[in-house]
Amino acid sequence: MTERIVIVGGGTGGTVLANRLTERLEPEIDSGDVEVVLINDGEKQFYKPAYLYVPFGKKDVSEASKPIRDLIPRAVDFRVDRVERVDTDRKRVTLASGGGLSYDQLVLATGANLAPENTPGLVEGGHHFYGPEGAEALREELAEFREGHIVLSVIGVPHMCPAAPVEFTLMVDDWLRKRGLREDVEITYTYPIQRAHGLQSIADWVTPIFEERDVNLETFFNVQEVDPDAQVLETMEGKEMEYDLLVGIPPHEGSDLVREAGLGDDGWVAVDQHTLEAEHAEDVYAIGDAADIPTSKAGSVAHYAAGTVAARIASDVRGEIPTASFDGKTVCFIETGMDEATFVSFDYGSEPTMREPSKPIHWSKLGYNESYWLTARGLI
Amino acid sequence: MSESISPDVTVDSRGAACPGPLMDLIGKVQDADPGTVIELQTSDSGSKGDVPEWVEEAGHELLDTVEHDDYWSLYVETTK
Repeated sequence: MTERIVIVGGGTGGTVLANRLTERLEPEIDSGDVEVVLINDGEKQFYKPAYLYVPFGKKDVSEASKPIRDLIPRAVDFRVDRVERVDTDRKRVTLASGGGLSYDQLVLATGANLAPENTPGLVEGGHHFYGPEGAEALREELAEFREGHIVLSVIGVPHMCPAAPVEFTLMVDDWLRKRGLREDVEITYTYPIQRAHGLQSIADWVTPIFEERDVNLETFFNVQEVDPDAQVLETMEGKEMEYDLLVGIPPHEGSDLVREAGLGDDGWVAVDQHTLEAEHAEDVYAIGDAADIPTSKAGSVAHYAAGTVAARIASDVRGEIPTASFDGKTVCFIETGMDEATFVSFDYGSEPTMREPSKPIHWSKLGYNESYWLTARGLI
Repeated sequence: MSESISPDVTVDSRGAACPGPLMDLIGKVQDADPGTVIELQTSDSGSKGDVPEWVEEAGHELLDTVEHDDYWSLYVETTK
């Protein structure tokens, strides 16, 4: 009987996993003993880190997507459909198109969803660069912005691309300086906890840079409400801040699918942080943003976690004891302006070592953005 | 005193690294009515510093901190 591995979600984690599984299980797939099904609710994959460049006119949103079919081997049964329910007792998923599909192994790679509506007034009063429409609208707004107060407020934590708010702040500072507008623009960066970033070393590194570049830093700043008419932010700590242009990192949500399946109360799948196996069901894994693990919601995490899960499932299929383990490996580039960058690398329980920003690292980031699609295909 | 505190809500953030526990608490406080007692369970020792600091900043009340074998319980009462 054919063993069916079902992957839900065609983002970075989903396509890397589909590639790695077909590579590891090629003989079993060829003989019909194993099949790999990838289900995504659209034809395309979106490379979200590219949206950071859109507000500055450095990239177009059309560059940030590719058909999933081009990113996975023919051996993968790719279905455009939406999984509406997961029954972990019967080991079956229900599809929006009707009917269902049973699985032997299920991997949830359903990502994170933006939920700006969770903060009253944010949709009407704020901009963001976390999606194609948002990034394009922010580009239009920035192009016309000549003077006033730009506030970059991290409203939702956890959020995707943990370095992106710092990057945007340093990029907009540099971009305005190069355009001769910086003297007429005040820039403020706000963060929910008592320092500038969740990772202590990034906070320690960026705080003096903000000072040097005349960026105001406001901490313990948890936006409760946005007044879009008065253009004022109100916080849980009782503070108020006026803005002319608000770039708000919106709250993120996990998936109702996960919550309703009893796999995680907050919509993120509760997993063992090393094996990535669901804590509340058998033969269910989660990778990428969907997994509730103590590291960043970053593409690199999805990428490396997919490698671990591919190895574990392949061992399991062959009747071996799975030994592959995920150590929380995370790698992020951090733009520090329009032409310099640094990068960080860390794993569970470790803090990154900060490196001096340079032009070559910036070029590496741009180069990686171009070659990202090789990652999605499991090649790098 | 700690033995007698019975929380309305318990947030289990054990295993989460900083700033996970504080952010979990902030999320719960945001949704809570005034007078709600929240127990934050954390295994990150940094929480013993940053949680009281935020609770004071936001004007809520830290009722007690209780040390267990491998985690701490911080009891917070919302005031607004």
